[in-house]
Amino acid sequence: MSQADQNNQRRADRAALVIALGLALFGAVLLWDSARLADLGGYSGVGPASMPRIIGLALLGLAIWTAAEAWRGDFPERPEQHAGPVLWVVGGLVAQLLLLNVAGFSIATGLLFGLTARGFGKRNLALTVGIGIVLSFFVWAVFSQLLSLHLPAGPLERVFFPKG
Amino acid sequence: MGAFEFLIQGLGTALQPAMLLYALIGVTLGTAVGVLPGIGPALTVALLLPVTYHLDPAGSLIMFCGIYYGGMYGGSTTSILLNTPGESSSIITALEGNKMARAGRGGPALATAAIGSFIAGLIATLFLAFLAPWIVKAALAFGPREYFALMVLAFVTVSSAFGDSTLRGLTSLFIGLGLACVGIDQLTGQARMAFGVPELLDGVEVTTLAVAMFAVGEALAIAGLGSRAADEVIPVKGSVWMTAKDWSRSWKPWLRGTAIGFPIGAMPAGGAEIGTFLSYATEKRLTKHPEEFGKGAIEGVAGPEAANNASAAGTLVPLLTLGLPTSATAAIMLAGFQQFGLQPGPLLFATNPTLVWGLIASLLIANAMLLILNLPLIGLWVRLLTIPRHWLYAGILLFATLGTIGANPSTFELGMLLGFGLLGYVMRLFGYPIAPVVVGLILGPMAEQQLRRALSISQGDWMTLVQSPIAAILLGIAALAFIVPLILRQSGKGEVLSQLAGDED
Repeated sequence: MSQADQNNQRRADRAALVIALGLALFGAVLLWDSARLADLGGYSGVGPASMPRIIGLALLGLAIWTAAEAWRGDFPERPEQHAGPVLWVVGGLVAQLLLLNVAGFSIATGLLFGLTARGFGKRNLALTVGIGIVLSFFVWAVFSQLLSLHLPAGPLERVFFPKG
Repeated sequence: MGAFEFLIQGLGTALQPAMLLYALIGVTLGTAVGVLPGIGPALTVALLLPVTYHLDPAGSLIMFCGIYYGGMYGGSTTSILLNTPGESSSIITALEGNKMARAGRGGPALATAAIGSFIAGLIATLFLAFLAPWIVKAALAFGPREYFALMVLAFVTVSSAFGDSTLRGLTSLFIGLGLACVGIDQLTGQARMAFGVPELLDGVEVTTLAVAMFAVGEALAIAGLGSRAADEVIPVKGSVWMTAKDWSRSWKPWLRGTAIGFPIGAMPAGGAEIGTFLSYATEKRLTKHPEEFGKGAIEGVAGPEAANNASAAGTLVPLLTLGLPTSATAAIMLAGFQQFGLQPGPLLFATNPTLVWGLIASLLIANAMLLILNLPLIGLWVRLLTIPRHWLYAGILLFATLGTIGANPSTFELGMLLGFGLLGYVMRLFGYPIAPVVVGLILGPMAEQQLRRALSISQGDWMTLVQSPIAAILLGIAALAFIVPLILRQSGKGEVLSQLAGDED
């Protein structure tokens, strides 16, 4: 293999550089937050701010190491990703998060169920969301009524269990 | 009283009908999640933590251990019949087991896996029972610096000793340690990394993180691969019973697998998959039928399956006697103990012997239940494999969010679940191991506390950490476990380590 080929293969991995940036940011936040703590080390000389500082510095070091590996193109090959299915699943989680305390557990989780199934290739949303709501309602009834788990109730749950 | 009397007493506890029911639920759930690809025992225990909050502590813990053991059994079924390992510790089983199934010998492959798992589980649980009192006695002499050294060793072995990259292992660990800083400092009560957000004062919940990383991250990663052809399930033809020849070829690998798996699980040396790999290599070297390896050799199923069950029991040794989790499942079981206000370790053996010995004894019972569940009822589990993926993952996310909502029904908690889920997705994509994050989150605060205690005692003299021989030796081993793999990878001999990658369970 010629030198040119190698250079071409081993070019900087941009996504990995972004990871390095994220690690550096996390480390910096740890350092910034620990700076405002009153360091009551007492006898030990090691207070509440010491550990975040050590971890923050370590993360900065790891960020530099990651950047170096990214620069050399040392990260492993990644399988090709399809954005569509991932976005359907994320959309389902967001829908559940936003609707949970408004529409109750069954409807919110039913939507999550349907949108996740959509992400995995089951296209008929009316069917999957319907099944999801029925299943979630059953789960809600078992876990909140029998196992006294606190799951938010919405209009649907109140129809069947007025006390919530 | 010796270990034997304690074990008999424990059997008395474990044979109560309620406890038997908990064990049965645990092993059934464990087998199911072991069989299903995409969920493992770590995730299942995390999901059940909020549900068991109101239940009996002993029963819940018995159930968790049943799930752990059951997951080890169930994983082999998927490996053999689907060639898609259900758990990371069953990857090796797929090598020979799937070949056997393709050659129409799926029945004996499942049988040798189940019987081997039973024998290994039995022997290893007895080892656990007889070893535990000795370690407890030794651990009573441990002070903060010895515990700190032990935790450092666990950090190194979980994150960087195995797997294909020191960098990515360490990065995962430090992400976990960084997240562990969030919340109120245990010794001075100051808020760290909370940014005035009241929800953050309690810190990051281990269960939320584990569920997000294992369930949400995994679902996103599988979804991201797009549609692909469904895996082919190979039907089990003929009898599941083994012939006399199968027996004579299996019993030695079972025993050798147990002997390899148990110490590896018991030492803070990462997950069960390492033992399976070593067992496979041993069987390959010792076999009288080398021509069959790679084409369906029964030894290659019997040994690794015994090894992974033995190391599951081995993992319970440091967890119960020292309170030290060495795998993701053990880390979450520790969270389970803490939920009930129990701290595993030498003191638990003194203050709550009924619970500890009941738990150990129930493992023997769970093991026997699993043999029955997995041999005659194997057809039932095989049917689980035919669930289409869209229903499977929709259901997994339903129960994943149920666990989180049940623990804390707030939008904020679900937001964290989504955020960490995305983090888990990116980490999977770039080849970062997941277990070190979970172990870092739960062990981080404990290590910090022990370090600060040790330094308080020595009035800030860091040399105290190496002035106790036990601590010095442990730190020395940790340093070796860090440096040797680093050199191996630099000199291009890292493939072996990358095959030993410690993953989820």
